[in-house]
Amino acid sequence: MAPNPERLLRANPRRQLKERLVKALVAAAALLSVLISIAIVASLVVRALQFVTGLMAPTADTMDEATGPVSLWNLVADQWAPRFFEFGIGTLIVGSLLVTVIAMALATPIGLGAAIYLSEYADARVRRIVKPILEVLAGIPSVVLGFFALRWISPNLVQVIFPSAGGQNLLAAGLGVGLLTIPLIASISEDAMASVPDALRQASAGLGARKRRTTLSVVLPAAVSGLVAALIVAVSRAIGETMVVFLAAGASGNSAQFTANPLDRGSTMTAAMASQASGTDGTISELGFNSLFFVGFVLFVITLLLNLLADRFVRRVRQSY
Amino acid sequence: MTEQSSSRIDQSAAVAGYASALDVEPKGPTVMNLDQVSVYYGDFRAVRDVTMPVYEHEITAMIGPSGCGKSTVLRSLNRMNDLIPTARVEGSISYMGVDLYGPNVDPVEVRRRIGMVFQKPNPFPKSIRENITYGPKIAGIAKSEWPALVESSLRSAAIWDEVKDRLDDSALGLSGGQQQRLCIARAIATKPDVLLMDEPCSALDPIATGRIEDLMQQLKDEYSIVIVTHNMQQAARVSDHCAFFTTEVDADSERRTGQLVEFSETTRIFSNPSDERTENYVTGRFG
Repeated sequence: MAPNPERLLRANPRRQLKERLVKALVAAAALLSVLISIAIVASLVVRALQFVTGLMAPTADTMDEATGPVSLWNLVADQWAPRFFEFGIGTLIVGSLLVTVIAMALATPIGLGAAIYLSEYADARVRRIVKPILEVLAGIPSVVLGFFALRWISPNLVQVIFPSAGGQNLLAAGLGVGLLTIPLIASISEDAMASVPDALRQASAGLGARKRRTTLSVVLPAAVSGLVAALIVAVSRAIGETMVVFLAAGASGNSAQFTANPLDRGSTMTAAMASQASGTDGTISELGFNSLFFVGFVLFVITLLLNLLADRFVRRVRQSY
Repeated sequence: MTEQSSSRIDQSAAVAGYASALDVEPKGPTVMNLDQVSVYYGDFRAVRDVTMPVYEHEITAMIGPSGCGKSTVLRSLNRMNDLIPTARVEGSISYMGVDLYGPNVDPVEVRRRIGMVFQKPNPFPKSIRENITYGPKIAGIAKSEWPALVESSLRSAAIWDEVKDRLDDSALGLSGGQQQRLCIARAIATKPDVLLMDEPCSALDPIATGRIEDLMQQLKDEYSIVIVTHNMQQAARVSDHCAFFTTEVDADSERRTGQLVEFSETTRIFSNPSDERTENYVTGRFG
């Protein structure tokens, strides 16, 4: 009996249904995560707008005895104290900037140095052991580093070098955040340098270049986009870091005086949001509460821009060599 | 190793030495000499007991089947094998009478005298000009000399006319054959004595291959060239002397180890080889 080709080739409706079901499930998962992100951004934007309009239209509740009705001018106050309608967001932005600059000043040379060692100098055995350790370090809970910054870095380092510094200061917080970002920079940079083809190192060595020269003139330039991406990711992480600053920078309660001096106590956008949201300030007004979303929105915009920038560089790294 | 081939090699080794003209068949001076060279990767002996000269202003080809150690030997000639942590060389490799693995020899200086062109074109992701000036720059040659050096190197590598109007464009925009000639120009720019070429045409099409082969003929007036090739016809076309390698199971380790079977004039290797294994290989009966 000849086989019936039509039967052999017939589609199996049950299998087709299963296939469609799986596709729908994973599509739903993807859609959900996008929707959640959009919802978060939307809630930020709505509340931030409410905050701004609240500033523009003062009511009896938003009247301060000392300073009078609120207005957009309150955004440039010389302190951050939502309880008193002092929304000097510059205080927080400068605080974040200080912490980030200090963190990067510590983490960039150490992180890049570690990456260069691991990628170019360490033998395979050392790399196999050290690289995973670095990645574990990147996972240390930031609250631990916050305590370390507060209880060790500040008294044993900052206050020893600068006796005028208080127990809590932006410098100690920045150094703590820097420790947090070292493994991040080292790990991503090492990946970028390891992806530089070995043929280029050989070409350089074949022309009579020493290792140092090959690293500086061939490997680093070839990996530069990846290295910049690593630094931008690290900056995003430093700006977004909350717990270390919350513990070690030490603006008490929910107010911070404007300062550009890293030895002063201060606050960052993230730490201010945390202290506000954690409710240590019970008597906060709706306007004050909404200011949290405004700060969050500013932070979101800054990190979004940084991530877009990082994405650009990562794209470029894929194109070269 | 057969009686016949080992006696030939021993004779040439006995008189080995720079500027020695006392070879069995009168030859030009040698620029390099290998004496009983074995190369190990860790415990594994990749190739053993290689004894052969490299004659000045000649093209010396190394041929043989895959895994016979010809590339390994080539890379030990300018200490590129040092980049592999487990690699180790036994025996002696001398350049102008100096043992390259001697205690006072800087491998970096060795590579400046003995340049290398690799199997796959590997230009730096920089401009054509920067590719050429890379070597001179690290050798400390004055910046004022670079423009002339760029032109002369690119001319020597027969690529000047194709790139002279776009020296500042990325080298990665060149075709494979152009990239390989650029790599040759880059190697020449450091003014080496010896050029090592590790299957320089294996990634190229026949036309680009032909251009590189023509180029080698021009270059041998100024340089001594050692080329590793998979392609017997290429060895027959371009080389003056030829070394045939093969693999054989090592009695000690029971692993396949490369060895030199025969070193002779290329015409002789291809027309009247002394060793049966060479004959089988060049006539296509093996490999």
